[in-house]
Amino acid sequence: MAKRVSASNVTAYYGGFKAIENINLTVEPKTVTALIGPSGCGKSTFLRSINRMHEVLPGARVEGSLTIDDQDIYDRDVDVTAVRRTIGMVFQRPNPFPTMSIFENVVAGLKLNGVRKKSILEDAAEKALRAANLWGEVKDRLGKPGAGLSGGQQQRLCIARTIAVEPQVVLMDEPCSALDPISTLAIEDLMFQLKDKFTIIIVTHNMQQAARVSDRTAFFSIEKTGDPGRLIEYDNTQKIFSNPSVKKTEDYITGRFG
Amino acid sequence: MGDTPHRSADAGTGGTRVTQSHEWPAGASARVAEAPVSTRSPGGTGLGGGGALPRSRRFGAERAFRGLTLAAGTAVLVIIAAIAIFLVVKAVPALHANTENFWSYEGWSPNETEPKFGIGALAFGTVLSSALALLMAVPVALGIALYLSHYAPRRLGTALGFLIDLLAAVPSVVFGLWGRDVFSSPVRDFSVWLNQHFGWIPLFGGDGPFGASVMLGALVLAIMVLPIITSLSREVFLQTPTANEEAALALGATRWEMLRTAVLPYGRPGIIAAMMLGLGRALGETIALALTLGITFGISFNLIQNGGNTIAANIANAFGEANETGRGALIASGLVLFAITLIVNITARAIIYRRREFTESAA
Repeated sequence: MAKRVSASNVTAYYGGFKAIENINLTVEPKTVTALIGPSGCGKSTFLRSINRMHEVLPGARVEGSLTIDDQDIYDRDVDVTAVRRTIGMVFQRPNPFPTMSIFENVVAGLKLNGVRKKSILEDAAEKALRAANLWGEVKDRLGKPGAGLSGGQQQRLCIARTIAVEPQVVLMDEPCSALDPISTLAIEDLMFQLKDKFTIIIVTHNMQQAARVSDRTAFFSIEKTGDPGRLIEYDNTQKIFSNPSVKKTEDYITGRFG
Repeated sequence: MGDTPHRSADAGTGGTRVTQSHEWPAGASARVAEAPVSTRSPGGTGLGGGGALPRSRRFGAERAFRGLTLAAGTAVLVIIAAIAIFLVVKAVPALHANTENFWSYEGWSPNETEPKFGIGALAFGTVLSSALALLMAVPVALGIALYLSHYAPRRLGTALGFLIDLLAAVPSVVFGLWGRDVFSSPVRDFSVWLNQHFGWIPLFGGDGPFGASVMLGALVLAIMVLPIITSLSREVFLQTPTANEEAALALGATRWEMLRTAVLPYGRPGIIAAMMLGLGRALGETIALALTLGITFGISFNLIQNGGNTIAANIANAFGEANETGRGALIASGLVLFAITLIVNITARAIIYRRREFTESAA
């Protein structure tokens, strides 16, 4: 299920603006990797280039090579929708489809893949909702609108929707920044369970969260506004938070650098 | 909320002198602390500060505005009621004078000494031509709207949107004349072709002449309602939250699947509203149909033979020569049109209302 993600010399642009430059990093299967760094340092841009969501924006493009298990996802022959099915994404703000019920939300990805049989969809929905720790809360109201759930539940619904299509890699772009501490804890617990099956890469502004959930941490930073973001240090989370080898990382995690 | 700071400021001026502090505010610190309060009561004398709260004003902009909006809301009801009463009062005498069944008689001669007129054919023609126009216009309009909102480069989209809005500003008589003098000949040729190859379908049967038909009228109507439906649906499609579009794309949707998953369901109430506005315009359209239709008084599903008529077109054609009963008969037909429009609107509301649980949480 889980696959290795490696980036080599990844550079991403928004039109003429270079947002990240020469990112090299390898993420092992079945681990949680946290991307941390100040705002505007390109963490999210890098994350979005891993499942080719970056290029959705007008004028945005990526250079360099990104592979999952040695297959280049930016290869000319690769189907971009297949890439996104293999590498799922959870967004910063919960974004369930407002016109769909809870059930329809969870199986939306499967339906896009042409699964029509009701029994298969029902099984998959239950499995995904259980995996997202949401089944108990919603099993009696699967027909109700997904947007009627609380923020934390909506985010878990979005996670269920993402893992229902059984991706290899799950990307999370600050998945807890719009949630209260209890919902945040629920999602962090969930990440622990999910890493048995998936490779997880998470962008977070919360350094305690990075320390709690991740096995490896990548620290991104920029020299000054307008410069491209670079990968400063990438190591085991414990090492990054106890004994970072780069001064800049230490400044950031101890709060001496904004 | 605003009370808390100045109370504590009073406390700060000194325990025993709290009550005096209003008459001669002693400390500069107190004045500074009270400054934000003064903005709330611009009268000047009552600087708040523990005194009685200012009384709410009985007459003011708030109340006046509420009255204005209430009056505007009431005016709508009054106008509609007035129209309905006018139509009924004028129509009843003519309906009494009618010597045939108003609902089933196929013909319109209310100016004779024995007035004969029936609404059946006209109502049928109105609904048929409008429905046909909508059937042709909606797919095209939605296609244009999706293209403008999600496929076209932004600049091109804006420019084309502007052009389409211009189409809505063309007077309907221009459409009518264009339909009668220019568009009718290709439609006639096409009708002949349809008749030759698909004449076995009753819709395209008949022996001619062809051209000034329901088909021509409906095509002209379709062009006329196109801009309304297009620009409204485009507006709605543009409002789809980016987060939902990205969610669909991140699940591996193609562009079209993304539109189907996120954009179209989100825009559904808006599309229905746009269709109803278009249908409203088509049902009430007068001069363009009076110029393009063949004007007959029979119920027929034949789309390509000369013929067809609608309530509004009939009013335009017959009003000039109508006598007292004739005008009453036309007004009665107007009342029926009023009722048809009402039913269409209620149906649309019902469709939107049925899914309110989902659309409300979307807002």
